[in-house]
Amino acid sequence: MLALLLRQVRRILVTALLGGLLGATLVRLGPGFGVDERELDNRLSEESRQAIRAEHAQDSNIALFYAHYLAGLAHGDLGFSRSLNRPVAELLKERLPLTLGSLAYGILGGASLGLALALLTVIWRAPGIDLAPTLVAGACLALPAAVIALLLLWMGAAGRWAIALVVFPHVYRYAKNLLMATYQSPHVLAAEAKGLSRVRVLFAHVCAPAVPQLAALAGISVSLAFGASIPIEVISDTPGIGQLAWKAALDRDLPLLVNITVLVALMTLVANGLADLALARWRPAQQTVAA
Amino acid sequence: MKRTQKIALGFLAVVALASLFAGVLAPSSYSEQFRDSISAAPSARFPLGTDELGRDRLARLLYGTRISLLLAPAAALLSTLIAAVIGGLAAYLGGRWELAITSGIDLFLSLPWLFLLLAVRALLPLNTSPVASVMITFLLLGCLGWATPARIIRAGTRTLLNADFLLEARACGVSSARLFWRHLLPNLRPILLAQFWISVPVFILSEANLGLLGLGIAEPLPSWGALLRELENYSAVLQNPWMLAPVVLLLAVVGCLQVVLRTEDQIPC
Repeated sequence: MLALLLRQVRRILVTALLGGLLGATLVRLGPGFGVDERELDNRLSEESRQAIRAEHAQDSNIALFYAHYLAGLAHGDLGFSRSLNRPVAELLKERLPLTLGSLAYGILGGASLGLALALLTVIWRAPGIDLAPTLVAGACLALPAAVIALLLLWMGAAGRWAIALVVFPHVYRYAKNLLMATYQSPHVLAAEAKGLSRVRVLFAHVCAPAVPQLAALAGISVSLAFGASIPIEVISDTPGIGQLAWKAALDRDLPLLVNITVLVALMTLVANGLADLALARWRPAQQTVAA
Repeated sequence: MKRTQKIALGFLAVVALASLFAGVLAPSSYSEQFRDSISAAPSARFPLGTDELGRDRLARLLYGTRISLLLAPAAALLSTLIAAVIGGLAAYLGGRWELAITSGIDLFLSLPWLFLLLAVRALLPLNTSPVASVMITFLLLGCLGWATPARIIRAGTRTLLNADFLLEARACGVSSARLFWRHLLPNLRPILLAQFWISVPVFILSEANLGLLGLGIAEPLPSWGALLRELENYSAVLQNPWMLAPVVLLLAVVGCLQVVLRTEDQIPC
């Protein structure tokens, strides 16, 4: 367990370092790097222009540039957004809570809906019972997140429900297949043959063994929801980090965009790591029960 | 192949043919503006009406479908090739190389797809010619979408490299090149084909998302993403429900692709 925890922490740190370096490279290669538009001001003397150029001189040395970038990163300085004229850290602090709130509602809503429908399908196991949920899940998978957000916007629903509809088909399909497969296991047949109640069979012998695999899906859902947050926040005009990333892309504000990407990658890794830890904690307990 | 899969495949074939023969089926070009018929309702002349610039919606839908249906498979082919090289090399080299490449793949996978796509798209020029924007969009999709297939191809190659028939071939002194071309590649073909077909709907939807965000293919070239931007005008859609035709077609095409791909061993070759 401790080894797994350490491995997860190491993985997150390596990703932060590599992501930071990759981000710095993108910023450095980006258009307009090292150019200050103040230099275009005709009223400035040559000395003033030289002073402005000197401000950017340290960035021309690659090693120094990376060192400064990483030192700043370690101190919470994520750079400055040129398009919004504000520090990146300040912008993220302002917008992140809104996105995280939408994501939490969306993931919980989508996962609950998917699991509930999968359970209903498994309980009844009648031909055609899963037709409606399968069609809805198929439609949600066949539409871009932006179109789902548009359709919900027309109905007056909040953007977070669009996130729920992006997460729902993945949870529903995976949970349905998993629970169906578990239902056909010999131990479930034996439990049914012994005359155990349907509810007990379902929760104790079908759902319980499937929990670790379902927990693993939570990590993937976070990644899915983050990806969907960009078009959904843009369409529903929600001032979260998805919309911020879109604005940064349109304004080619690479310092802002790259920091958002690295931050989202780290949060995704943390979510996946937590899912792995939950899985590791659950499995030995389950093995003990089985023994 | 099941009956539903045959129907889905038939529908996809009809859509592909219609888009290929857009020049014959559509009475006008996708960029031709009929200034006397701006925002016109469906008629015999314009079966899906015209947009606010007086362009024939049917022509734009057919040409847009052609672009999306031709270039999504091209991007899928590129990403599958990159994935095959990276995943195959990781499994073939083994040891520390495999660990390093797999860690690289994992790192790439931890970067959210659309965020990464936006970051790299922002690095490239935004005001480009329509043809250049098509190339940029689909090259980006192809170059950035390799990580998931690479992971699966690496696992598939590793399993094959440990298979008895390959060990026996090696023991018989078969050269590395022959091992690769005659024994490894033919057995990897189902995995590569599966990854290719799985990537196609992913790239179609990614292009649609990018187009709706204004970062996809530039006007006047139509694509599904660009056509969907019209839907942002809710009142216009309410008055002109035929504006929903791109959504319906996108839903039908991606839905049919899902039905066709439902069983991995029945992937069309």
